Amino acid sequence: MKVLLVDDEKELVTTLAERLNMRGVEAQWATSAEEALNRLQTESFDVAVLDVKMPKVDGLLLKKQVQERCPAMKFIFVTGHGSSLDFETGASEVGRDYYLVKPLKIEVLIAKIKEALQR
Amino acid sequence: MAHMDVIGLSGIQFFGKMSASISHDLKNVLAVINENAGLLEDLCLMAGKGKLLDPGRLKRLAEDVKHQVRRGDRITTSMNDFAHSVDEASVSIDVSKVVELLVSLSERFVAMRGIVLEVGKPAGPVAITTFPFILLNLLWLCLGYAMSVVGPGKAIELLAEKTEEGAWFRFCKLENMETDAAPPFPAEREIALGQALHAQIFRDPAAREVKVLLAQRQGA
Repeated sequence: MKVLLVDDEKELVTTLAERLNMRGVEAQWATSAEEALNRLQTESFDVAVLDVKMPKVDGLLLKKQVQERCPAMKFIFVTGHGSSLDFETGASEVGRDYYLVKPLKIEVLIAKIKEALQR
Repeated sequence: MAHMDVIGLSGIQFFGKMSASISHDLKNVLAVINENAGLLEDLCLMAGKGKLLDPGRLKRLAEDVKHQVRRGDRITTSMNDFAHSVDEASVSIDVSKVVELLVSLSERFVAMRGIVLEVGKPAGPVAITTFPFILLNLLWLCLGYAMSVVGPGKAIELLAEKTEEGAWFRFCKLENMETDAAPPFPAEREIALGQALHAQIFRDPAAREVKVLLAQRQGA
């Protein structure tokens, strides 16, 4: 399985990618929606893990843009926000089981990636 | 709505918005530290299985953690300054400190919109006597208006300047101030906060700016 991580926190996304790769999950990263869309022009991924709050284009809008190009791709959202309103907004996009709040537990993330692929 | 109700509601909303933003920033700091700690555990596990530890990699991990601690410290310092801005209704404060706190609190909101905030402060200290929290709330609303009229990728210039009367806070380079999409300004909240501070609020589309004049010897 091939995963694209998108988060404007570069240190987070690079370390997370390294840890996923150590566990046999092929993970690559981008730090903006623009960078992610550029990457998707030349590579395909099974799952995208998107930060909800990103500059310019947020995770929810990025998901819509990616879906137009890659309709089979699955999505997981992550957010630093724990508010119920944000949770409901994000969860309604992908389902509450695929909406994770930071800090992440890598085992939970991998389990969600595998579950997402079964959807 | 009564004058004080407008100020009270605006203040609560401002406090809530800033608190949520700060908690979001701290969550990100914790998330990065969490991944660094996780990676350190992974490397230790691999070392236990005979793989050599790379001292350079460990050093970079330690540097990353220290960087996040410094970032967290800056965030909590701003949070503390913001929390104490409600302490006194009339206190002498340097306008540069007000601007620095406003910039720190609004950094994420500005970045999310893809806007660049250019800041100009007076060369030396300029003391004003005011209610810091209400002033911050008013300047935040001015910045909100400024962000609503400029588009992504554009810059807003925030200038704090000494005058004979006290200090100017100017939000400049504002495009599209006269389009239909531009919200009314100053609106009820800005007017109420301005009155509480005895501040004057100006909207000048020709100069592409909004500005707040705060006299030096005014209480809230």
